[in-house]
Amino acid sequence: MNYHWNWGVFGEQVKAGEETYLDWLITGLGWTLAVSLAAWLLALLIGIAVGALRTAPSRPIALLGTAWVELFRNIPLLVQMFLWFFVVPEFLPPDWGLWVKQEMPAKEFATAALCLGFFTSARVAEQVRAGIGSLPRGQRDAALALGLTLPQAYRHVILPQALRIVIPPLTSEFMNVFKNSSIAFAIGVMELTFQARQMQEDSEQGIETYLAVTLLYFICAFTANRGMAWIEARTRVPGLIARTS
Amino acid sequence: MGEFDFTVWGPSLPFIRDGLLFTLRLTLIAMSGGIFFGTLLALARLSPFKPLSLAAGAYVDTMRSIPLVLVILWFFLVIPFITGTPVGAETSAIITFTAFEAAFYCEIMRSGIQSVPRGQVWAAQALGLTQAQTMIHVVLPQALRNMLPVLLTQTIVLFQDTSLVYAIGAKDMLKAADVVGKNYNRPVEMIVLSALIYFAICFSLSLAVRQLQKRVAIVR
Repeated sequence: MNYHWNWGVFGEQVKAGEETYLDWLITGLGWTLAVSLAAWLLALLIGIAVGALRTAPSRPIALLGTAWVELFRNIPLLVQMFLWFFVVPEFLPPDWGLWVKQEMPAKEFATAALCLGFFTSARVAEQVRAGIGSLPRGQRDAALALGLTLPQAYRHVILPQALRIVIPPLTSEFMNVFKNSSIAFAIGVMELTFQARQMQEDSEQGIETYLAVTLLYFICAFTANRGMAWIEARTRVPGLIARTS
Repeated sequence: MGEFDFTVWGPSLPFIRDGLLFTLRLTLIAMSGGIFFGTLLALARLSPFKPLSLAAGAYVDTMRSIPLVLVILWFFLVIPFITGTPVGAETSAIITFTAFEAAFYCEIMRSGIQSVPRGQVWAAQALGLTQAQTMIHVVLPQALRNMLPVLLTQTIVLFQDTSLVYAIGAKDMLKAADVVGKNYNRPVEMIVLSALIYFAICFSLSLAVRQLQKRVAIVR
């Protein structure tokens, strides 16, 4: 088969409208960033809380944390997207469900960010739990012996150390968020993968389209990586973690 | 709260079964192919011949930094140019997942190979085994065994990821649920059913892997 290359395709107008294909890709990048960043924020907040709960001395609370992680880890993300988008509104009180289905602004975006955020929170929780587990027991005991309450010990002694330890694994989770945000195309978020499919059909220049989108995903992942490295350097406490490199 | 009618689950079962069979077939082929090619890639990455290790490294890093959905779309687009004829979504999915998972299994096998003590290699060489014999009879069996739980965990991830063939319309379990949901106008019930099936399979597999992990750890 012969392929007709056309690198100028990005400047051309789409079939039904005034915009160019480049405009589509820029819109796509915007939604990818919006979904990923919102989801990451949510994932950090919930993930740290759930990860800390899983190390709690109370068994029922720890069990609740485990259930949370297993629930989100054992259902494919695509199915979770469908669950949040189609199923959850059915379980809301009737007027809420109707509002969500008909009037909610940026419904696709909100659903995708919520879904990806909860999904990633389970993975963040696992890392945070491992980080807390890697601290010497003496840290918690010493904090309690000093008269701190358990929540205070977590807030001032355990979490500040554990979070610094888990920055490297969290970095790869952050990069995963950008990759996983691609699944939001399935519920109609107009992010990069959605635009890639749309542009491929509209322009029939599939290879150029996918190359451009692949490059944009690379840039997202690379930026996320550098950003986390910057945070790691900024928050480093000299002598706390032995550097292996 | 909406009205639910879960009786649709009954007539949907034959379709779900066919879809599930494809999902399982895809998972098993991609797993065995992925472990085979992944091991070759790992050997290439560890090779002292620089161009080979660099090429393998570039392949693995590229696959690992692109979203899987995009990889699926890429292969679906490019394979017909290579073979010269259009291929079905199912064939395309099998090729894609084998190639994609090889990159992930490669990293697992690489750390598995590196986890085998150097003394094993020296002992094999002292016994007069050739380099290839050392790999096949001494290093790889131990690497595979050490990494068995991790390989299986990756396979559970693979099993879940196969749902993404939705992007090219291959007929897996999720697609079957989707079609039945549309035909009977019961999409919500069918999404719930597929979520339950995925959860039941993945959760029991991950429990089994945890048991296995304990056994492997004790024997070692």
